[in-house]
Amino acid sequence: MAHKLGKYTYLTDAAPSVLAWGSVGSKKEAQGPLAPYFDLLNEDSTFGEQTWEKAESEMQKEAIAKALEKAGLSAPDLDCIFAGDLLNQCTGSTFGLRELGVPFLGLYGACSTMAEGLVLSAFLLDSGAMQKTAVITSSHFCSAERQYRFPLEYGGQRTPTSQWTATASGAAILGQNVSPPYIRAVCVGTIEDKGIKDQNNMGAAMAPAAFETLRRFFEDTGTNPDNYDLILTGDLGKVGSRLLDDLMQREGYHIGGKHSDCGLLLYDSNKQDVHAGGSGAGCCASVLCSYILPSIREGRLKNVLFIATGALLSPTSVQQGESIPSVAHLVHFSSLPN
Amino acid sequence: MNMTNKDYSNLADRESAKSKSYINIPAAFVSGGLICVIGQAFMNGYLALGVEKDVASSAASCTLVFLSALLTGFGVYDDIAKHAGAGTLVPITGFANSVVSPALEFKSEGMILGVGAKMFVIAGPVIVYGVLASVAYGLIAFGLGLY
Repeated sequence: MAHKLGKYTYLTDAAPSVLAWGSVGSKKEAQGPLAPYFDLLNEDSTFGEQTWEKAESEMQKEAIAKALEKAGLSAPDLDCIFAGDLLNQCTGSTFGLRELGVPFLGLYGACSTMAEGLVLSAFLLDSGAMQKTAVITSSHFCSAERQYRFPLEYGGQRTPTSQWTATASGAAILGQNVSPPYIRAVCVGTIEDKGIKDQNNMGAAMAPAAFETLRRFFEDTGTNPDNYDLILTGDLGKVGSRLLDDLMQREGYHIGGKHSDCGLLLYDSNKQDVHAGGSGAGCCASVLCSYILPSIREGRLKNVLFIATGALLSPTSVQQGESIPSVAHLVHFSSLPN
Repeated sequence: MNMTNKDYSNLADRESAKSKSYINIPAAFVSGGLICVIGQAFMNGYLALGVEKDVASSAASCTLVFLSALLTGFGVYDDIAKHAGAGTLVPITGFANSVVSPALEFKSEGMILGVGAKMFVIAGPVIVYGVLASVAYGLIAFGLGLY
């Protein structure tokens, strides 16, 4: 059973393993620097479907199928799937996974959903209640745009601080302690709101949540950035990343050299027109499940802190002039079980 | 976090890149002006064909609306607008784009609740307040005895 350390952090006893993973992307992701690490890249962002929502569900279907295939498992082997996306009522997940016949728990943590699923999976595996679980999230640029912003063909300009919703999905299959990467610790974040109202500057809205979670984790565990190879946030983008580095610096933690952000890894912001970087529930999930987890398995990265951040806004809350609350959850992956 | 919302907002502003007005404003001026020149060219063309001035003016507007809708349908208009900004937004072409783009987008929800209901989701407020403004203008003009 996982046990609590300090006020916010939980250490796993049996260090559950990530057994396998699958990642799916589309055209823009195929032009990005992580393209060689993706399992599937479909240049056709409709994924052969009639609507963008169906395309997103299809991505989840393909990502989980790939992850199961790589794990040498089939759907009935799973005790539970934790899944989420950005669509209203999380239909991206439910419609994509409805044919699997696996116990399903839908989650919403916006772009932090992948970490939320990993945290819950780690607890349930570590307690011995479950033996194998899957965590999957997705986002689709086109389905997100039509829900949160403007029609695709509308001639508007994006501000420099806006982020590009990734058309991507990442799925991870977790099981008992057998092989790296291992989940050694998790830290559940609180909802933070520092009054940022600009929905085109979500990095600034989410940086305080990432800061609180990371600071608390360091305090609870008595560690510091030097103890880790990589501190990976998702998806603060350029603005949020700079703010997080600044906020941590004020607390005496110099994370600059260790800190990277999924929204900045997925795309080449100098060549690709993504403004402040990528975002979306599928952004950090696909970066984790394409590039990061294999690097931990192969030992190139030993200790990684994965902190997924979510902006908990809705189109209605924005129109009503509300500020943007955010949350960030942390998962400590390691190539060593203890 | 030991920081007030105001202090954090200032910090966030400092770290946030600003829109490049020195590029955006001239680009809008040139592209918007170009659309007006094209409109004028159509009007002159219609006049040369012997069309009445009032009709030629309306016909030129209709032609611009048609071209904007066509380019939106081809998926080109938003690519131009990305650079032109207000230059393509303010003229009548922007209005056409704001009607055609949701019509295309919400086709997947059907002709009634999709295309029909969502077509004016962007242009609707412009029409509502445009009509209200014209009523107010009419009343003021009437009050000042300009009629």
